[in-house]
Amino acid sequence: MADNTIINVKDVHKTFVSEAKQSLWDRFRGKTHEVKRVEVLKGVNLEVAQSETVVILGSSGSGKSTLLRCINKLETIDAGRIYVHGHMIGYREQNGALVAERASVTAKKRTDVGMVFQHFNLFLNKTALGNVMAPLRDIKNLSAADARIKAVHHLEMVGLGDKLDNYPSKLSGGQKQRVAIARALAMEPAVMLFDEPTSALDPELVGEVLAVIKRIAQAGTTMVIVTHEMQFAREIATRIVVMDQGLIVEEGPPETIFTNPQHDKTRALLSRSQTSPQASES
Amino acid sequence: MDFITDTLAVFPSLIGAVPIVLQLAAGAMILALVLGLLVALARISQFKVLRAIAVFYVEVIRGTPLLVQLVYIFFVLPSIGIAIDPIPAGILGLGLNYAAYLSEVFRSAILSVESGQTEAALSLGYTPTKALWKVVIPQSFVVSLGPIGNYFIAMVKDTALTSVIAVTEILKTANILNSQTFQTTEIYTAAAILYLMLSLPLSRIVVLLERKARSRG
Repeated sequence: MADNTIINVKDVHKTFVSEAKQSLWDRFRGKTHEVKRVEVLKGVNLEVAQSETVVILGSSGSGKSTLLRCINKLETIDAGRIYVHGHMIGYREQNGALVAERASVTAKKRTDVGMVFQHFNLFLNKTALGNVMAPLRDIKNLSAADARIKAVHHLEMVGLGDKLDNYPSKLSGGQKQRVAIARALAMEPAVMLFDEPTSALDPELVGEVLAVIKRIAQAGTTMVIVTHEMQFAREIATRIVVMDQGLIVEEGPPETIFTNPQHDKTRALLSRSQTSPQASES
Repeated sequence: MDFITDTLAVFPSLIGAVPIVLQLAAGAMILALVLGLLVALARISQFKVLRAIAVFYVEVIRGTPLLVQLVYIFFVLPSIGIAIDPIPAGILGLGLNYAAYLSEVFRSAILSVESGQTEAALSLGYTPTKALWKVVIPQSFVVSLGPIGNYFIAMVKDTALTSVIAVTEILKTANILNSQTFQTTEIYTAAAILYLMLSLPLSRIVVLLERKARSRG
């Protein structure tokens, strides 16, 4: 593992198990208990180095969001290892097996990883400023004055210096997402994860969010982005990773991927994006 | 005209019971809020035993009349050596009873806060417990403000039940007056009006509080 490796995902497997609710009648008839298994990650390996901007592409169901959520331990994993800054997140190793670690330990490690969600997930009872200040106060234990200075700075950075006192209900989708970005960024994580940050936005609001993400990338922040915005991916990525059915099928610099795709899935993704009328504005 | 002046004349003797009613309602409400939240947390806990205890508590309380619970606390508990004075017994009975109902209010309010916010909090470094207390519970309190207010108004009226365990609240005072003067109509009319005078402003306050809370979200 190189010294500047921020994220190291090694052979990660993840299966979603959903137990079909069995009716009383089925149980009387002795019908076997039905358990549905979907293997979403089938051995994924991914290394992200400092200052890299890795964009993960793939159709829905390919496992890209799940992979991102595993890096933050918002999902458990069945096998493999995920290291962030050299530390395993959510687990410790005991006799070669994964053992869940204490929630407080995981929480501390998570401050190294900032995450931006598709549906913003702002605290609805707090203003834009309150949203950014809350973790600075609650987790970083900054004084109210220090937290405020820092929060205002980050909100100005995403262009929301005039919306400090607005509650989420009084913000547009694009503004909400920018608050969410400021909130994650203010914690100064080693890496930022973006889980389809523009998928829930009206088309005319996508540009402002992408512009902010681009600016952060240019500032040298390490990022992993899951997106469907092909043009944006091409402009911003230092490396593109294509996932299909729980596996990484192709990866490389954007120019290579976009001009000379090797895998059928990559070609299919690219051709679909070219026919789609929605072009990125940034 | 005699009826009105006679009814009005009863008020001064009843009004002395108002502080006791407020004391009962306030004390029982505080108990119900704290215990109700604890029961709600137990019900959504990951520990099966805690969940079972909470369900049992809620079912027992909701399945028996408040009047019976009050009588039980005041008349039955002394037989096992726990003697409680009328007012504390009233507070205890009302509090235990309303805690069961409030726990259901809290539980649904906690579950109504979208899970995305908890995930965001976790990703920012909150522990699950801290996320619950700092992010989810403050919001569920706002959601439950209306139902809590309505239960409080109901509780003010239910304090009348404590008359059977010798608390000299409004109804008991009225009963005593009635046995002395036999002005039944005037006395109980005055008592009813007095309850109305307590609950009407309260429902007004609840509406205002709710409107204020909603304007923020």
